[in-house]
Amino acid sequence: MVKKKDLGKIKGFTIRFLPYSEIRTLSSNERIKKILDIVLGNNLLILQGKLMPDEETRLIGDTMAMIGHVKNFRGIELAVITGNGDEGFFGKMKKGVVEALTGGDLGAITIIGPATIVKEIKRNPRKIELLLNN
Amino acid sequence: MAIKIFKKFFKKFFSGIFKEKKEVKLGFYGPPNAGKTSLANRICKDFIGEEIGTVSKIPHETRKIQFKEKVVIEYKGKKMIFKMIDTPGIATRIDYEDFLKYKMSRADAKKRAKEATQGVVESIKWLDDMDIVVIVLDASENPYNQVNITIIGNLVARKIPVLIVANKVDLRKADIRKVEAAFPEYGVVGISAKYGKNLEEFYDAIFKLSNKI
Repeated sequence: MVKKKDLGKIKGFTIRFLPYSEIRTLSSNERIKKILDIVLGNNLLILQGKLMPDEETRLIGDTMAMIGHVKNFRGIELAVITGNGDEGFFGKMKKGVVEALTGGDLGAITIIGPATIVKEIKRNPRKIELLLNN
Repeated sequence: MAIKIFKKFFKKFFSGIFKEKKEVKLGFYGPPNAGKTSLANRICKDFIGEEIGTVSKIPHETRKIQFKEKVVIEYKGKKMIFKMIDTPGIATRIDYEDFLKYKMSRADAKKRAKEATQGVVESIKWLDDMDIVVIVLDASENPYNQVNITIIGNLVARKIPVLIVANKVDLRKADIRKVEAAFPEYGVVGISAKYGKNLEEFYDAIFKLSNKI
């Protein structure tokens, strides 16, 4: 669990890119802690790859546990962009082998931002829009 | 050796006949205000004559897991016993200020937000306990919400059968095709829990999924 922090008044934010190599060897707990530390520092995180499904739910759970304990923290906005899933049987197999070798879906991108900065992430099959708070 | 196999066969055969039918744990999951409680209420009211929880226009009305046990659903000559589990809506953000626009006092809004965050944690914890999960989505909203994708991803990883319900098809803005397009690998049933529309298709799908567990 991340230590109690005060986000204070939001004056600006930074976009932070995190290559998958930075989290590949970390345990699930360490990954989530690292992500939340970045997000709590008023950063909009762009992560190469994606978390495992159970890590995503743990991220949501830990986020909920922090609301009310970290001043001005209202949660996160999260979106994962992956391939369109039209790879076919051999395409899926190839993707599976690559994922097994690299340890994750490197073709995916995960966007996570604090709700104080990101108002909404609107997505449809063709585009993703990040609506920021004023 | 032959006697042993014979004994084992008989034991299995008769215990299969006489054992009490297992209760299927049916969970209702989804984002806040999609109509999870409305659907669970509709089913409970139809089969046991009582509701599972209260519904409201204000998001996060359900903030604790609520359930009804031994709900016997009889449909087209088939009968199954369910434990209905209605869960708080899962969200990635909860801002007490959002509740203020419903003319709620600041103290009540903060209390509601606190309980709602605890409800999300509880919902996630219960995922492992389900036999079948119904993901209830509002058919008038954009289905490409990460929460929906995350819940479904978790259920697939846990090998729990999933049915997607596109609720509120009575609304003009509702578009079930959008939900089907977002989740092409899953069965999608369009219903209106409020008006009890198309529940036959829903029961058909639930009975089919029950055979998979």
